[in-house]
Formats: sequence, C-alpha cells, structure tokens
Amino acid sequence: MSSNSGPRNLPKGVSATRKFNGNALKRTLKMLWQSYPALLPTALCCIIFSSIVATMPAIFNQKILADIEMFYRQGDWAGAKEVIIPKIIILASLYLVSLLAVFAQTQLMAYITQGFLGKMRKIVFNKMQTLPIKYFDTNKHGDIMSHYTNDIDAIRQLISQSIPSLIQASIIVCTVFFIMLWYSVWITLVVVAGVFLLFLVTKKVGGGSAKYFIRQQKSIGKAEGYIQEIMNGQKVVKVFCHEDKSIEAFDKVNNELYEDSRKAHAYANILGPINMNIGNILYVIIATVGGLLLLGNVWNLSLSGMALSISIVIPFLNMTKQFTGNVNQVSQQINSVVMGLAGAERVFELMDTPAEVDDGYVTLVNAIIDENGNITETENRTGTWAWKHPHGDGTLTYTELKGDVLLENVDFSYVEGRPVLKNVSVFAKPGQKVAFVGATGAGKTTITNLINRFYDIEDGKIRYDGINVNKIKKSDLRRSLGLVLQDTNLFTGTVMENIRYGRLDATDEDCINAAKLSGADDFISRMPKGYDTELSNNGSNLSQGQRQLIAIARAAVADPPVMILDEATSSIDTRTEAIVQSGMDSLMKGRTVFVIAHRLSTVKNSDVIMVLEKGEIIERGSHKELIAQKGKYYSLYTGAFELE
Amino acid sequence: MIKTLAKSIRENKLPSILTLVFIMGEVLIEAFIPRITAGLVNNIETGAAMSEVLKSGLLLIALALVSLGCGSIAALTCAKASAGFARNLRHDMFERIQRFSFSNIDKFSSTSLVTRLTTDVTHVQMSYMMIIRTAIRSPMLLIFSVVMAYTMGGALATSFVVVIPVLICGLWFVSQKAMPAFKRVFKKYDKLNESIEENVRGMRVVKGFSRENYEKQKFANAADGITDDFTKAERIVALNTPIMQFCMYFNTVVILLLGSYLVISSSGAKVNMGHISAMLTYGVQILMSLMMLSMIYVMITISLESMKRICEVLKEEPNLKNPENPVFEVKNGAIQFNNVNFKYNENAKKFALENINVSIKPGMTVGIIGGTGSSKTSLVQLIPRLYDTTEGAVLVGGVDVRDYDIKTLRDNVAMVLQKNELFSGTIKENLRWGNEDATDEEIIAACKLAQADEFVTTFADGYDTYIEQGGTNVSGGQKQRLCIARALLKKPKILILDDSTSAVDTKTDALIRKGFKEFIPETTKIIIAQRIASVEDADLIIVLDNGKIDSMGEHDELLTTSNIYREVYEQQTSGGDSDEQ
Repeated sequence: MSSNSGPRNLPKGVSATRKFNGNALKRTLKMLWQSYPALLPTALCCIIFSSIVATMPAIFNQKILADIEMFYRQGDWAGAKEVIIPKIIILASLYLVSLLAVFAQTQLMAYITQGFLGKMRKIVFNKMQTLPIKYFDTNKHGDIMSHYTNDIDAIRQLISQSIPSLIQASIIVCTVFFIMLWYSVWITLVVVAGVFLLFLVTKKVGGGSAKYFIRQQKSIGKAEGYIQEIMNGQKVVKVFCHEDKSIEAFDKVNNELYEDSRKAHAYANILGPINMNIGNILYVIIATVGGLLLLGNVWNLSLSGMALSISIVIPFLNMTKQFTGNVNQVSQQINSVVMGLAGAERVFELMDTPAEVDDGYVTLVNAIIDENGNITETENRTGTWAWKHPHGDGTLTYTELKGDVLLENVDFSYVEGRPVLKNVSVFAKPGQKVAFVGATGAGKTTITNLINRFYDIEDGKIRYDGINVNKIKKSDLRRSLGLVLQDTNLFTGTVMENIRYGRLDATDEDCINAAKLSGADDFISRMPKGYDTELSNNGSNLSQGQRQLIAIARAAVADPPVMILDEATSSIDTRTEAIVQSGMDSLMKGRTVFVIAHRLSTVKNSDVIMVLEKGEIIERGSHKELIAQKGKYYSLYTGAFELE
Repeated sequence: MIKTLAKSIRENKLPSILTLVFIMGEVLIEAFIPRITAGLVNNIETGAAMSEVLKSGLLLIALALVSLGCGSIAALTCAKASAGFARNLRHDMFERIQRFSFSNIDKFSSTSLVTRLTTDVTHVQMSYMMIIRTAIRSPMLLIFSVVMAYTMGGALATSFVVVIPVLICGLWFVSQKAMPAFKRVFKKYDKLNESIEENVRGMRVVKGFSRENYEKQKFANAADGITDDFTKAERIVALNTPIMQFCMYFNTVVILLLGSYLVISSSGAKVNMGHISAMLTYGVQILMSLMMLSMIYVMITISLESMKRICEVLKEEPNLKNPENPVFEVKNGAIQFNNVNFKYNENAKKFALENINVSIKPGMTVGIIGGTGSSKTSLVQLIPRLYDTTEGAVLVGGVDVRDYDIKTLRDNVAMVLQKNELFSGTIKENLRWGNEDATDEEIIAACKLAQADEFVTTFADGYDTYIEQGGTNVSGGQKQRLCIARALLKKPKILILDDSTSAVDTKTDALIRKGFKEFIPETTKIIIAQRIASVEDADLIIVLDNGKIDSMGEHDELLTTSNIYREVYEQQTSGGDSDEQ
C-alpha cells in the first residue's frame, strides 16, 4: 500500500501553474502577524525607512553639486563650507539612522524568519501526527517529506528574501520615480522608455531561460531515474558483464541533460551583461539628452519647477542605475513570491487535511479486580485493565479487558466500488491464536487494519470485549493491541529506547525481560554495546531478522492482551525461528493473537486458521481439520500453489 | 582533490579559457566606462561643443556594445564549459562505478551514489561556473577600479583606503563565524529530516502504540533546538548588509565632502564634478566586487563537501583486475575450493568463510543449506570471481579463477542473485541481457526451462510485455523465474541459483529442477535454498554453519550425520503435529 518507490516525481512547483495565490499570501501574512504582532511592524518600518534613505544620496548629491557649481568658479571654500558642511552632516546622520534601521531590520528578519519556520515545522509535524493512516498510504512518502524540505524552504525564501526585497525595491522605485519627476519630466520619460526596453529584453531572455530550466529539471529526473535503476541493479550488471551497455545508455541521457543545462544557463548568464550594458547605454543616452537639453536651453518641465542644470543631470545618471536595478528586482521578486506562495499553499493544504476523528468515549483504565469480580479503577499500574464505559444516563460501568475480539459480517473497501473484504466474520476468544492465510491482496492485513481502526469498516460490526470498537477511544484501543509488522520500523536511538517505545514507563529490567521473552536478548547482549547499541537508519546495522526480533520485544514490553503479528517472523530463517519459537509461544500465552504468515509452519499450531481469497474467508478450522478437508489450505501446504 | 576533478574538464578547457578572456575584456571596458562618463559629464558641464558631447557619447555606446558582446560570448562559453564539465564528471563517475567490483560496490549505498551523480555534480557545476565567471571578474574589477580611481581621483581615492579594509575584515569575520555555525546546524537539520522520514515511514508503529503525543514532544524539542541554532547563524550572516551599507555610506559622505572641498578650492583644476560622479561609481564597483568575492568563497566552501564525495568515487580503485595474459576458455564446469578463507574487509576480525575445501565435478547438482549469516552467498560469489578469496584458491575447469578473463569467466558462470533485479524494458530486452543475439526460439526455450513461458504467454503482449522499473508489475515468483531464464540464455557451464526460487511454489520449483537435469545435464548446478525440498535430490549437499562447512553428503547421509540438517528437515516437514501427511 504505502510506498515511496515508483518513478521519481519531479520536484513540486517546477511545472506548477505560475498563478498568484492571494489567499495563501493573506494566510501566510496573517500567521506571521499573529506570531510576531510587535516585531513584524517594527521590521516593516525599518525596511520602509531604510529604503527611502537609500534614495537620499540622489537629492543630496544634487544639492551639494548645485552648491559646488555656485562656488567653484570663485574657489571660495570658506564660503561654500557654510552651505555644504551642514548638508553633509544631515546626510551623514540620515545614513547613521538608516544603518541602525538596516541593522535592526536584518536582525529582526533573521529572528522572525527562523522562529516562524520553526513554528511551521512544528505545526506541520503536529498536524501530521493527527492524520489518518490512509493519508500515509495514499501519499508518497517523498511528497510528504517535501513539505518539510522544499515547501518550508520556499516559505523561508518568501519571508526572508522575496517579500522584504519586493517591498524595498517597490519603495525605491516609487521614491526614485518621484524624485526624477521632481527634477525633470523630460529626462524621466527617457529613463522610463529605456527601462521599458530593458524589461522587454529581459522578459524574452528570462522566458527562454525558464523554459530550459524546466527541461533541465525533467532531464535531471530522467537521468536520476536511470542512475537509480542501474545503481540498484549494479550487481546484476556486473554478473552479466553489461557495464559497457549501461555506460552507453547513460551517455545518452547524460547528453540530453547537458544540452538542456547548457541552454538554461546560457540564457540565465546572458541576462547579467544585458542588464548592465543596457544600463550603460541608457546612462549615455541620459547624459547626451541632458547635455542637449542644457545646451539648447530647453524649458524644463518638473514638479519642483527647477530649471535644468548640470547639478540635476549628474544625480539623474546615478538614479537611472538605481531605477533600472530596482525595476528588475521587482519583476524578479514577483516571480519568486509566486513560487514561495506555491510552497506555502502546499503546507496549508496539509494543514487543512481533515484529521483522524476520534469520538470514542470508552477508555482504558488500570483496574483492581477482587474475588467477586468487582472492578475498581486505580491510578497505578496493576497489570489488569478495564474498559471504563460512561453511559448516556450518567452511570459508569467497567468491563474487564480480556481480549475477546469479534468481527461480524464486515465489508470493507479502500476505494469505493472495489471491495477488499466481503462479509467477513471472525471470532477470537481470549487467549486464542487466530491465523490468516492467503495470497497477497487477499485481505489479510486489511483485517488487522480494521481491528485497530486504522481504517473504518463499511458494514458490519467489530466488538472488543463486547464493546463496539467505534465507542472506544482510538488511542486506548490501540494501546491494548500489540502490533508487529512485516516492515519493521525502528527509530534512531538505542536498542533499549526502541524496546521501551512499547511502554514508556518500562524499566530497563522490563525491557530486557521482554527481549528475553521474544528471543532478542541473545543477539543483543552479544553486541559490544549491548542494549546501548545505537540504531540509525531504521536499524540498518542489524539483519532483517534481528530487527523483527526487536520489534517483537517492543510489542512484548507493552504487555497487551491482544497481539497482531503481521508477517512478524517472515525474515527470520526457519532454523532461527525454531529457536525463538519457544519464546514466541510464551509471548503468545494468555493473549489473543492474530497471526498473518506466509510461511505455513508459523501458523500451523494456531487454534483457528482462516484461508482468505479475494476478500472472503473460504476455509476455516484447525490445521488438522483443514488438511483433512483437502481444500485450498491443503494444496498450499503441500506446495501446489504459490502464495505470491 | 582538485587534480582528480580537473581531469574531467577535458574538451571544456577551451571554452573555459575563452570565458576568462572575454570576461577580462568585459571587465576592462567596465572599468573604463566611468572614466569616460566623467569626461562626458565634464564636457556637458563646461559647455563644450555638442559635437564633443556626442563624440564621447558614441564612444561610450560603442564600448557598451563591445562589453555586451564580450559578456554574451562569455555567458555562452561559460554555460557550455560548466555544463560540459558536469557531463564529463557524471560520465567519469558512472564509468568508474561500472568498473567497480562487488566489494567496491558494497562500500557505497546506491542512494549515496545517486546523490553523488546528481546533486553533488550540480553543486560542482554551479561553483565551476561561478569560478570561471566571477572568480576572475571580481578581483580584476577590484584592481582595475582601484587603479582607475587612483589615477583619476587622486586624493579622493583615499576614502577607499579606509573602506576596503573595513569591508574585507567585516566580510571575513562574518564568513568565518557563520560557516561553522551553518555546517553544524545543517548536520542537525539533516538529522531532523531523517527522523521525520522515520516517523512517516513508521506511522503505523507510532499510531499502533498511540505515541503521537510522545512524538510531538520529541519533535518539538529537536525543532526548537534547530530553530535557535539557525537563528544564531542567520543573525551572523544578516550582519553582511549593514557592513556593506556602512562602507557605501561612508564612501559617499567622504567623497562628497572631500570632493566639494577639492573642486571648489582648486576651482575645478585638480578635481572636477565629473570626477566626483565617477568616484561614486567606482566606489560601488569596488564594494560590489568584494561582496562577490565573499559569496564565491562561501559557495566554494559549500561545494567542497560535494567535491569530496565525487572524488571518493573517482579515486576508488576497482580491486578486481583482469590478469595479464588471461585465459579465454573455460574447459568444463568443475569447481574446486582449496583451503579457502575469506573475509569481506581486511580489517574484519572474523572470516566470513573458513577453511573451505570442496570439489565439484562437471554436471553435478549441488545444494547448499544453512541459516541466515552462515555465508552461503559468500561461498558461491567466489566462483564467478565477484570477490577474491583472502587465502586459498577457487578453481573453475581446473584453472584458478584469477587467471581467467573476467568476462569469459562470468559468461560461463551464470549466477542468479538473491536480490535480483529486472530493468525497465520489455521481457525480451531483459532476457537478452543473457545473450544479445539470442533468437526468439532460444528465448522461449530458456523460458520453458525456467517455467516462465507459461505465464509470459498469458500476458497480452507476451514477450513484449513492458517491465516497469524494479519489476513491480510481475509477482515475486514470476520475477525469479524470468531471472533464471535470463541466466540460462548465457548457456553457462556453471549455473548458480542463490535462493532464487524462494517465492516459487514447490511444484514449479521441482519442475525447474527436473528440467535442469533433463536439458542441461552437462551444466554444473549450484542451488542455495531455504527449503530442504529444493536440495534433497542433489548429488551433493553442503551444510554451512557460521562460515564453516558443517557437513557434506547426500540427503540420506546427512539426515544421520548432520544435526543441523536433521533439525531443519524435521522443522519443515513435521512441526507441531506429525500425522498430517
């Protein structure tokens, strides 16, 4: 069901529609605002202030140059000093304040961004814990992970870079535009025309670059797919002396990738010189036009009403660069804001996925049962439990937890219209061992998925100690069921910690006893660090069989009345299985156990064996009875059919 | 390390050099432009004739166009050089991996190889591009601008004396502080992501044990720690902007102040207004190139890790080599193990195989039985020389396997691996791995022998059925039978099945073995199996325990002589009740 195999997905967002998503922006900003109601506006003010100050040199240059123009022919520094020094002092102090603002802003943004990302990570993770198993079965693990990596990274880009830069650049563009108009409308028009031209060119080149970057992304995917396949089968390649063939095939995908990558980067690289040199040409044009206007003594149209002079033309030259640079910046940042929002949107999608509903009200409590069978609830662990069942009329009843599981006429399908289980009934009395046998896809695992309510049944009833499982609080229901799966998942940490996962308050002794019971103690104590051996990467330093033994110990320490063993010993070879069998037997003693096994020797001694085919129970009975029946089980047992 | 990587540049040397040349041209012009604009400004200011203004204007436009040309060519050659370098790196690594022996392969996980071939190469490609484009550009622009500024601005340029060291120190300080901080936090971050992945994978366990809240708590602690570390690191980097701005602002103020004094006191003789604007431009250029340099520095340090990982692959020496004057013919399928000891790693304390002495005649069927970890696979892998023995020798057809041409040996010793793979492509294409020139008849014959024909013909597309990556669209048993057929197509002298029928039902399993006996009697067959039934009719059964031969013989013999064999046999045939069969 769940799998992260299959063809590799392109990173999300590459081919995503580039549409501006107003809702995602609003929601991001709202969350940001709520998280930092004081700091965020402060940072914003700093951004606005420092961006406006960034345009100041233009004005001061103009004023000071005008002063110079006025004084320099006389060479009268003493006189000029009076006028110029105060202006420079004002400029310097403006700069000083702006520096403080920039300092505050960058520090604040670093703090806000990382804090917010931390918060998002926690929100996403916490949300993930509440999602039903179905979510994990139907979404690729790689895609779920990409919320934590790609999407969070996109949000980081959005908050720390794109939005502040966008604000900054927009403010600068507006201010510079205003200042330009203030000085001269004519020259401003020339600048605007130049910027428009620049915009057209960069759009064209940038578009080409985007096209090839997408193609490059696809070629990378293709190359990666091929590499993955060959690396996984490298030993097969060697055994068949297929090395040269695979190099040849690889060169083909490699060359495609090269072509796309070369083109994408060529387009992207060329943008730099274009921007720069159109900027330079514009610079010349402004200088020439300015010069012509000055020489021709043309009447100046400006907001300030100033006449045109050299002290206006010079700051214009610098403003032109600032203006084009920031217009570019705005158009780039809009792009990256859109991409960032796509990431935010995917996170919101996850946040909006409905959580697993748990409306159970019957809870599991520690209990003391006296000789008369009266049950009293207690705080302390007693080794006996009871279901606490509040009723509509306000009364409370207690039912002893025994492990009596009953499925009555259960129907179920993962996808509507494609039934997986049809009219399945199973009775497991406390202490019984019930086995399920059948081909892959017959519905064995599905039954266990329903008992612990990873999925809910469509029709029929499941009762646990006589209580409808729908009434039992899910976490308590699951606590009473020990689960050992075929794919053992161990967590990073010591062996001891992994066993203790079954019951968090278990002492070291409890854990070791559980390991002894499940037959894991033997190999654990032979490792140099014993129970303190660090496991990582799903216990990759252990064999599959050893991992399964630890998983069994983990379930054993929880000491649940019911256990579900889904191919729990499939990777333990038959000889070792025989060795751990006694441990398994004592582990199963006194518990209701559901066993799913591929290997029939594992299920032979069960009280009841159910043979499933296409979602239906076609045979049931003990091993002896089924062999005598000479039906499907018999042919499986004698090896006339393969199970997979 | 650089040397190893540089070997892969090859035909991209020319475009790389061209990039450098054209970038140099671009930089030269770029450094001149402010100087000429200063003249232009001065012309306007002093009211020179319009023709003068136009003349310097045209010169500037011409320069800008040349610079655009240089820049564009450099952009193209640079893209070509870096993409080509990346292609060569991928090719070289891939080729090197193909030459790896099994023990080389064991050193690298397949996922790590995939990352090395993709992400790591991309990192190197980016920094190579950065290096040839900017690594020369920034220092040159820096030097030219400084020279220009001094020759033109004279005293005005003193402001740079203050600003440049301040900026260098500032950037240096930031990168020195920030890089280790980032390195640390990225390691933690990777760990966090790993643990999330673990959680996603193990969600059934988490939910099965109702550990959602425990996991949330655990995650919150880790995430908070990382947030703090990230904040610290990011705040250091955030210092870059104010430092840069301080230098810019300082420069502007000084040049305006000093400039106005110089212009006025000398009446424009020493310094004119054009100079002031040119000096401001040079200031920006200088500071920008310093900023770029610090970025390159960071970029290269980041990609160092990737370079290291690529070099690890490129420098890994395949430790199995063809002998000089190899033997190109395998006479027959006889196999002999003479006092073989074997361990996977020189430093391993324990031998995986100890004191193995076996002699197998051509055409024999040999079964190998033993628990997990008893080194069954290790034993057979020595025959096609997938590994070399540590001590002792393995002989095939009477010749030491180390004396054969490897391809000859492996074509004659077909091995069906335990962890077998089919590749994306049709069934026929997959089968032709065994023999490229196999005719359709040969393919069908091999499949019949492997009991694969019966199910292949039920597929709509028959032998042209497309196999998905990883062979996900055929069942385990079907996959195993196709893999056997693929090996049979080699027409080998020795056929090794390493637990290759575990998912095949016992009846089919028996049919396969029967077919072997009938149709390929001369081929030596070695069968590793879990099921006693798969080996009980073999001519020789080897029982392995813990890397040593526990016992050898025929089925009936072993039932009396080998405890292990008897134990397994009883476990598999009887179990709890014994009256069922």
